[in-house]
Amino acid sequence: MKLDSKIPEGHISQKWTDYKDHLKLVAPNNRPKIDIIVVGTGLAGASAAASFAEMGYNVKAFCYQDSPRRAHSIAAQGGINAAKNYQNDGDSTFRLFYDTIKGGDYRAREANVHRLAEVSGNIIDQCVAQGVPFARDYGGMLDNRSFGGTQVQRTFYAAGQTGQQLLLGAYSSLSRQIGLGKIDMYNRHEMLELVKVDGKARGIIARNLITGELERHSAHAVIIATGGYGNVYFLSTNAMGSNVTAGWKIHKQGALFANPCYVQIHPTCIPVHGTNQSKLTLMSESLRNSGRIWVPKKKEDSEAIRAGKLKPVQIAEEDRDYYLERKYPAFGNLVPRDVASRAGKEVCDEGRGIEANDTNEGVYLDFATEIQSKGKQTAYAKGNHNPSQEEILTLGKKWLEEKYGNLFTMYQKITDENPYETPMKIYPAVHYTMGGVWVDYNLQSTIPGCFVAGEANFSDHGANRLGASALMQGLADGYFVLPYTVSNYLADDIRTGKISTDLPEFVAAENSVKEQINKFLSNNGSKTVDHFHKRLGHIMWNKVGMGRNEKGLTEAIAEIATLKEEFYKDVYVPGSSDELNPELEKALRVADFIELGQLMAMDALQRKESCGGHFREEYQDSEGETLRDDENFSFVGAWENKGYDVTKSELHKEELKYEFIKIAARNYK
Amino acid sequence: MSAAKNMNISLQIWRQKNSKEKGKMETYKLNDVSTASSFLEMLDQLNEQLVNERKEPIAFDHDCREGICGMCSLYINGRAHGPDTGITTCQLHMRMFNDGDTIVIEPWRSAAFPVIKDLIVDRTSFDRIQQAGGFVSVNTSGNTIDANATPINKQDADKAFEAAACIGCGACVATCKNGSAMLFVGAKVSQYALLPQGRIEATDRVLNMVRQMDEEGFGNCTNTGACEVECPKGISLENIARMNREYLSASLK
Repeated sequence: MKLDSKIPEGHISQKWTDYKDHLKLVAPNNRPKIDIIVVGTGLAGASAAASFAEMGYNVKAFCYQDSPRRAHSIAAQGGINAAKNYQNDGDSTFRLFYDTIKGGDYRAREANVHRLAEVSGNIIDQCVAQGVPFARDYGGMLDNRSFGGTQVQRTFYAAGQTGQQLLLGAYSSLSRQIGLGKIDMYNRHEMLELVKVDGKARGIIARNLITGELERHSAHAVIIATGGYGNVYFLSTNAMGSNVTAGWKIHKQGALFANPCYVQIHPTCIPVHGTNQSKLTLMSESLRNSGRIWVPKKKEDSEAIRAGKLKPVQIAEEDRDYYLERKYPAFGNLVPRDVASRAGKEVCDEGRGIEANDTNEGVYLDFATEIQSKGKQTAYAKGNHNPSQEEILTLGKKWLEEKYGNLFTMYQKITDENPYETPMKIYPAVHYTMGGVWVDYNLQSTIPGCFVAGEANFSDHGANRLGASALMQGLADGYFVLPYTVSNYLADDIRTGKISTDLPEFVAAENSVKEQINKFLSNNGSKTVDHFHKRLGHIMWNKVGMGRNEKGLTEAIAEIATLKEEFYKDVYVPGSSDELNPELEKALRVADFIELGQLMAMDALQRKESCGGHFREEYQDSEGETLRDDENFSFVGAWENKGYDVTKSELHKEELKYEFIKIAARNYK
Repeated sequence: MSAAKNMNISLQIWRQKNSKEKGKMETYKLNDVSTASSFLEMLDQLNEQLVNERKEPIAFDHDCREGICGMCSLYINGRAHGPDTGITTCQLHMRMFNDGDTIVIEPWRSAAFPVIKDLIVDRTSFDRIQQAGGFVSVNTSGNTIDANATPINKQDADKAFEAAACIGCGACVATCKNGSAMLFVGAKVSQYALLPQGRIEATDRVLNMVRQMDEEGFGNCTNTGACEVECPKGISLENIARMNREYLSASLK
């Protein structure tokens, strides 16, 4: 198989404009003859579905939640990047493009990333037009803040709920089209198979999660916008239902899966508290604008803290190690996520972690300095040039509350500690997956007519995503890329007519789903689905997590193979297929996670270099930074499935060419 | 963090096979629940126990488990989202309870939210209200005016944001003795009413959304204010007042 990325010719700044101008169109009178299926209603799915419907296509949209408004994009906290240069700090399309490529450790496609930067400004315009209430300054203009891996302020936000506001914006557009009858919305439905006819994606099999009924749905194109696969680790910041099933099903039908080993472990999450824990909670990266990360310099102090004998506020300034500021003075606490996470792991591995849990893993995120500085600033702004310490503290805390109130409350509810008084405790956790289904410049997978958008595809973030860029990519794909590229594809389908769901391909696909479901329900094993999911997560976190090596990865591949066998032999799924059955839903998802986990380990094993979120312990420089091997690994690793045994999957390479950016070692010092 | 302890509790939970059959309360014992666990982790633990005993696990809605998706619900000891304020059920922690407690768990109760199974209810009526007018009619174009072309007073922008923070969980309806959805609808009407982008369609919006709300079978508002007290996101009653003003002036047009 030859991978064709279909990147257009021409200068980077003109590629998308020229390409768009020459794509085929579908005339307005023909659009109502064409059906499009969109699976997933997060930022990418909802924005795509709404846009297609506005254009006049018939859209069917699917989500497993009880409402499209609940897709996990809703949980994104910090913000969305756009190269507007409203802050006059030298931002531009090129800089956003450059920062994203560099942040991704030179493992993303130049042309895709430049297009993303180009449309970033349109996204903000579109969202404001929809009535998204972004934060504003006293002059009524949009406010910005900084995120990691940049030296400009280009992040637009709505308190710590930016994802919520953007998703509700897309959901409002989606709702409008549902109300107008242009979108059929299928809530509480899960896609369990892709249907191909003559090699093209022509429909899906979906399970109605309330009645258990399997439904056949046909269309001329299928869009997969089902998010990332972080839940392969069991514990992650993803929603409980987030899963890889749609992406994995199309992979098994011939779509290549690219760079599965690129996983983002987010540095600022609330540490693990116990064995019954079901998920991890993120504390937004935006907090690193105001918080300083540290651990005690001395191991004894950390031990005393863990034993409850010392409190963090009792550690003197000179006994604290603000390790990010020390190691990376140019970016300080705002280094990219992968860099911050590894640095946190390093100090904890040295025994300086401060959390009293099984692993002692945790570091401080401290707001005391910011409280002082903002308190004083606010007092001065109010004309009080001689504020007392008490006034400073009150004003400083109030300032923090305005910026991050909901995050501080969330932290307090979970940990029972007050972050205005004592530093937050944080530790890295699985958050985002840069890898995903391989797509070309049109966001089309290797299956014609099957497009993949948002976190579900692999295309824009290389080996590490910068903060506030996931929202940007989801909306860019849905609002400003797919409407053009999918129309171009559909231009050949104006004479096709309705696709019948009585075709043998639909019958076969439905039967294969039925068979899988029956197998689980009649298995009568002895262990719950979660039992296996937790064991998978344990293998993944320990051996395919923040630090990876050849031995661990080889072991992981073998251990997952054993786990898979045991899972099919011994899993117990209660209930029946014709009812609401959450255990069955989980079993179907975990089956796919197990296979994906194995592929992730294989991908990590073949990539004998360190880049972004993929840190191979054998490949680091003298200071412990990632050591890329551009000569041998400047490619996208795209896997082709070869059946039940994942270890037989075949690797294809798409070479990455850097024509407009000079490739260099990533340096944040 | 106060040190975590383990407790033994009793649970009385509403079980109902599907929307057609009658339901009833059933009692369960659960031991070794950590005070550091979240309420839903406690239910996970119970379900793990039930599945291991070959009994049917309890169906409940949940997803993000960080208080933002609005999928979790539950009426706990007679309160929507349980005995803490300003949070959703998924943010409720077991440290709010004591060893030996009996905890009563019911689904949202409202004519407009029929039970689907056990603790899961159907809230698609909220979606339909949104579809009736909860939007600005702007198509995707990429050529709308620059985002900063229309300055918006910070106070209005902040108020619009506070209204838009609604997560659509339905606690306001479940807690209201009349089963009224006025807080939910008022929040959405307010968000748009406060912003210049939303003013153009303000008249149709409020009329259409209120009409849909009435068709869905939600009750009337009698100003008890219970919805505001139980709202996990602190949506203010001000929004109901604003909607009433919008509705009145729209009706007079």
